[in-house]
This record gives sequence, structure tokens and C-alpha cells, in this order.
Amino acid sequence: MRQRCPQQAVDVDPRTGIVGQMPERCLGCRYCMAACPYHARYFNWWDPRWPAGMEKTLNPDVAPRMRGVVEKCNFCHGRWHAAKQKAAAAGKSEIEPGDYVPACVEACPTGAIRFGDLNDPSNDLRHPDSFRLLKKLGTDPKIYYRSKRDWVRNVAQASRPVSSQKEASHG
Amino acid sequence: MANNLIARGLKRCSTRRFLLWIAPWAALLAFGLYSAGLCLVEGLNQTNMDNRFAFGLWIFLDLTVIALGAGAFFTGFLLYILKVDELRAVINSAVVIGLVCYSGAVAVLMVDVGQPLRAWFTFWYPNVHSMLTEVTFCITCYLTVLFIEYLPIVLKNRKLREIPTFLVFEFELHKLIYVLAGVGTFLSFFHQGSLGGLYGVLRGRPFAFREGLAVWPSTFFLFIISAAAVGPSFVLLTTWLVEKISRKPLVRPAVLELLGRISGLLLAVYVLAKTVDTLVWINRTSPESGFPAAQYYSWRPFGTWILFAEIVLFGLVPALIMLTPRLRAHTGWLVSAAAMACCGVALNRFVQTIQTLALPTLSFDKFLSYYPSWQEVGTFLAVVAYGALVYSFSFRYFQLFPEERERYQI
Repeated sequence: MRQRCPQQAVDVDPRTGIVGQMPERCLGCRYCMAACPYHARYFNWWDPRWPAGMEKTLNPDVAPRMRGVVEKCNFCHGRWHAAKQKAAAAGKSEIEPGDYVPACVEACPTGAIRFGDLNDPSNDLRHPDSFRLLKKLGTDPKIYYRSKRDWVRNVAQASRPVSSQKEASHG
Repeated sequence: MANNLIARGLKRCSTRRFLLWIAPWAALLAFGLYSAGLCLVEGLNQTNMDNRFAFGLWIFLDLTVIALGAGAFFTGFLLYILKVDELRAVINSAVVIGLVCYSGAVAVLMVDVGQPLRAWFTFWYPNVHSMLTEVTFCITCYLTVLFIEYLPIVLKNRKLREIPTFLVFEFELHKLIYVLAGVGTFLSFFHQGSLGGLYGVLRGRPFAFREGLAVWPSTFFLFIISAAAVGPSFVLLTTWLVEKISRKPLVRPAVLELLGRISGLLLAVYVLAKTVDTLVWINRTSPESGFPAAQYYSWRPFGTWILFAEIVLFGLVPALIMLTPRLRAHTGWLVSAAAMACCGVALNRFVQTIQTLALPTLSFDKFLSYYPSWQEVGTFLAVVAYGALVYSFSFRYFQLFPEERERYQI
């Protein structure tokens, strides 16, 4: 994805492998969106406006992005920075794994989302039931899904579901 | 007074008639500018694009007009580098067409991007791995070259020639024309190719992804050949249209035939290359990504007819017509074939832009539809109107066809 952006607004952190986006540098050409088969990127079609009083709910650590730029999930970049600062204050060069958890993982009431280091052999992210979407394309996504059900894995890996084929040929 | 600006020996319609001709175009341009203004002020929420259909009518328009405008660089290349002197009869017209197409495309791009004021970032923080960086650099540089190439045409105007400084400047500029033609050819080859490469490198879009040589996917080369093929066709078509509208013989029929022959030859090469590319893609590239190519054509309305139309109907057929001397000698056949070739390149750019985004990649995705909003259509029409106006003024006040005077006297 980094190779698509003409002005280096997309950043791949070599330490974490996380693909980030710099909205302040983004031109809004949307080439990265056309390139992404996961639809993981979003363009700000409108100005960021909140009803009176709602602006108090904004996260002080994350600046609202302006109109006309692309954004994406960056695994709560601000939290990673906070964890790094905490580690630095404690005189450590590496963060403690528990200090950096994206907000969705923390908020999920059923624990359906897990977050961890894919290079760490001790975690179970690379479970036999795990799979990635569009693995054959070689896009190397960092998101793994897990299901014990074969049909879920089959649908995720199929180039096209049968129901859609019927729908398309009649539509 | 305005008639004093018209070159000696040329006959142009009355000012009143000219105003009547340009009035509807000016109205269309005003409407288009209002549409574009809305998009710039209110944002791209004025369009019908969305997060899944991130490219639309404008990118299709950009790719098409840039391919059609290729006549400027290719005619210049044939005339100044390969010394095909017959093309001197249409070179000025080709430069105006190129200028209109490229400047129109850049103007629409400025509306299409979310933050147009950051356009300079691409020059300040260039990503050398991005095809879009190559496109931006080459198109900007080539547009500058086109402006410089357009200057001598303007400076040859009857009134401007009365100013000695302009006369000297025009003479000096003319000495540079061979350099400009060479630079223009180099830049054009790269940006036409990079435009094709934009899609060919999209690994996540198996419909568009292509293998290739080194860093260049096959679409890089296909875009260059197709643009070089239809550029002369568009010059031919425009010249014929101007002859019909102005009711004046502008070039010798042999020049149009030559343009047709060049276009036909390159179109035949393109059809061959495109066929080989399609076969490789169907049998190897796409299946290796896990996507049998046949599935792309089962989504209506994009059936296999679109592939047939692109390669055979608007590729092979016009190529054969333009390569057959007997048919080429007939203006009706020649112009029809040129129009078909232009439709073919437009269809190819449509397929690359719209079909690529409409087709689902994820198994649980749906086929996506997109219809442009009136603001998008208005902006599109502004480019058409802008082109018609610039060409009309250029035709009226500058000598676009050097043979016109002698042809008129015949």
C-alpha cells in the first residue's frame, strides 16, 4: 500500500508492521482506496462537525481528521505512543505487551478481538483455525480471523460465493 | 476589430456567427464551472462516489482525454524526430488538441482530489515507488512543454507578429522545437505507461493486476501503444470535423490517409499485444491469484461482450479498415474507423477504471454500481466545453492548418 501513495502519506512501521496514514500529508487522491481489496480505507467526504456539546466526547489524544483525506484503522497509534512513553519513563527500551491494546480490543464485551505480536511464538494468534482474507493475493494482511466452522472458512477463502453468482446472472 | 486578428488569406465566419457558435459552449462551461465550484467548496460529498467506488467519471475522463491527446506528442515525434514531413499540415492542430486534453485533465484532477492545495506535496515528498508520482511528474512537465509548443502558434498571430520582440521570441522558440518534441515524447511515453501501470500493479484487484517486465506491468506498455495508436486517429477525426463545421478544405486527403495508416498500423500492434496479454491473464495471472477469469464476465452488464467490443469491434475492425488502402481512400470509412478506434480506447479506460472497482474481490462483497451525480457530469461537460472553446478561438485567430490557404485557393 505504501508503494501506491504518491506523496508518502502511507507509512509502514518496520518495528510493528502496522500500516499508518498521515492525514496531514494526504492529497485525497484515493488511489490507496482503489488498491485496497478489503475496503479498509475511508475518505472524509464531509467536514468533521459535531453537534454542540458532542465535541466533549472527542479523544484528546487523537486529532480529528479534516475533510478530503483518507484514513484507516491504525491500531490506536496514540495508545502505542503512550505505551512507548511509559516504557521510556521507566528506562525500558521495549514496551510491556499489556500496555498497548487498541481501544476496540479493550472495549469488546465478549473478548472476540485479540491483539498481539504475530512474531511472538507464545501467543495463539496463528491457531490452526485461523485464516486471512484473500491470502492468495499476497497482500499479507495483519488481521487473522478464527472459526471452527468449515463453511465460514470456505466462504472467506472462496473467490466468489455461489449465491452471488445466481443473483448476478439474474440481475 | 477582431477580424484584424485573423491571418491574411484565411476566411473565417463573421463575428456575429462566431459568437453564436461559442455561446452554447460558454454556457456549458459556466454550468460546469459552477458544478466544479460546488465540489471544491462543499467537498466531494457532491459526487456519487463513495468509500468503495473511490474513482468515477472523472478518472475515466482523465485517462481517456490523455490517451486522445497523445496525438500531440506522437505527431511531433513523427514529424520532428522521424521526419515524416507530411504531418506538418496537422502539427499545430495536434498541439492544440494535446494542450486542451492535458490541461483539461489536470483541471479535473484538481477537483477530484480531496485536498487540491496539497498538490505540491507530490513534488516535495515524492514516493519514487508510486506510479502516480511518475504520472504527476510527467504530466506536469509535459503540460509545460505543450504550453511552450503552443506559444509559437499564438505568436504567429497577425497582430502579435507586428511586435518585433514577439517575432524574435517566436523565431528562437522555433529553434527549440526539436528538443521540445524529443522531451515531449520521452515524458509522454512514461506518463501514458504509468497511467496503465496504475492499475496493473494493483495486486489486490486481480481483474486489473498484470504481470510484466521489471517494475512495469503489461498495462504500462499497452497504454503507451494504445495512446500512440489513437492519437493520430483523434487528430484525423478532429481535422475532419473542423473541415465539416467550417466548410473549408484544410488538409490534403493524403494527410488524413497517412494519419489513418499510422493509426491502423499501431492499432494492429496494440490488438496483437492486448490479445496476448489477455490470454496470459486468463490462463495464468488471474487463476494463480485464485480468481478464474471467467467469473469477471458473469456480472451483468459486464459480460464477455465488453472484451469482444474492446479487442475486435473497436480494435481489430478499425485497424483492418485503416490498413486497407481501398477502404482508407474513402473518407467515410476512414473517419468511421478513426471514431471506432477512439471509442475503443475510451472503452478500455472505462474497463480499467469502472469495471475494476465494480467487481467484488472479497467473497462476501457485492457487485457495485455507480452513477455520476449532476455535479460530476457538469464538471465533465466543462472540460468538453473548454476544449471546444480553446480550439474554436485557436482555429479562428491562429493558423492551425498551414495548408489551408493553398487548399482554399484551389
